[in-house]
Amino acid sequence: MREIAADATAAIRVEVDGRPVAAAVAPRLLLTDFLQHIAFAHGVHVGCEQGICGACTVLIDGRIARACLTFAIQADGQSVKTVASLAAPDGTLNTLQQAFARHFALQCGFCTPGILMSATRFLQDNPKPSRDDVRHMLSGHLCRCTGYYPIIEAILDAAGEHHPPSQETPS
Amino acid sequence: MKPAPFAYLRPTSLDEALDALRTRRDAHILAGGQSLIAMLNLRLLRPALLIDIQSLRELDDIALQDDAVIIGAGVTQEAALAHPSVRTHVPLLHRSLPLVGHYQTRSRGTVCGSIAHADPAAELPLALAVLGGDVMLRARRHRRTVPATAFFHEKLLTHRRPEEMLVATRWPCRTPRTGYAIEEFCRRHVDAAIVAAAARVRQMRDGTITARLGLGGVSGRPMVIEGIFTGTWDAMLQQAAQAVTGGDDLHASRAYRQDLARSLARRVLETALAESEDA
Repeated sequence: MREIAADATAAIRVEVDGRPVAAAVAPRLLLTDFLQHIAFAHGVHVGCEQGICGACTVLIDGRIARACLTFAIQADGQSVKTVASLAAPDGTLNTLQQAFARHFALQCGFCTPGILMSATRFLQDNPKPSRDDVRHMLSGHLCRCTGYYPIIEAILDAAGEHHPPSQETPS
Repeated sequence: MKPAPFAYLRPTSLDEALDALRTRRDAHILAGGQSLIAMLNLRLLRPALLIDIQSLRELDDIALQDDAVIIGAGVTQEAALAHPSVRTHVPLLHRSLPLVGHYQTRSRGTVCGSIAHADPAAELPLALAVLGGDVMLRARRHRRTVPATAFFHEKLLTHRRPEEMLVATRWPCRTPRTGYAIEEFCRRHVDAAIVAAAARVRQMRDGTITARLGLGGVSGRPMVIEGIFTGTWDAMLQQAAQAVTGGDDLHASRAYRQDLARSLARRVLETALAESEDA
């Protein structure tokens, strides 16, 4: 790619949830804004824009990424998966989503898309995670409603592990 | 917030990247971007040009060379954590990586980027300094290797020259009868450390036990203290407290950091000593 001037745009092509999206973008356009405003992938939530809250977490070529810490131009030619990719085309929720519903692992739902994408990749890396593994992974997300406890239960449940509610104090 | 405008270059060779660094004012290297892009979003930085090195495959190597593991500038923290050479030969790095950022940022954040960023509370600069590792710099017309302890200058400042790029870091392999440990204290598992401590303790042939103790979060750069075990660590712990020159900020007072430095220093020295007896 030749150099793109600060006030110029580059033509990029990104696959978003299986759909090709082509656009001319300025170098400084964040992937969050590309997904929200150009690809209309509204499942990507934008919280802190500094990589802390985790609401914008997506998968880029299968690897986990904060969309707010990625420029759209960096995703040129790559495939982005958002929360909208998880359910079946007829709307049937996948195993992880069903576990979230069953455990009341969300309330306002703002943080949920990011957590679902993190957990998706996390369970591929760690099919049988311990409770501590899940807690460490979740430390990359902020949730102000649930107290995290039901989220941990849901992810362990989705991993197919029977974890009776532990004695620990909900965190 | 959104970043201020910048030009963007994705070079196809290292030379092209080095050319741009040499000829352009205010150019920054973009690797994983997990610290840099946050700073751009906050407009703490307004570079004229970002040179994105993500597609330079020649920087992706982890190589065992002589008595060290060389990690290229493109290697992510996640890849280093999973690499057998790191696990086998550089235990301190392997133990430090899970403390870096989040699970979600280690997939893009790079080992060398963390070193170049030079956050005084960060784990990887501390670990590299304690191990006596090196930073490998390249410019279009020269290359040089700088010991980590001489590379870090002040908070977020290093002795890298503007035309130089940090192309790799060199992590010395573990040695026999040596133990390693890292500990840190933060409000939450992934927050910046209020104080971090790392140690390397070595049993010498003559029976002497030597130690290198590093402290992060206590001043503008990782501080390294060398000493010996005299049946007690008291002398080194005293020095650890004296190394705390920063502090008195929102997160902790200086007195609190001095107390933490002593406690964490004792813990890593004792853990590393125990490991050196078994190793």
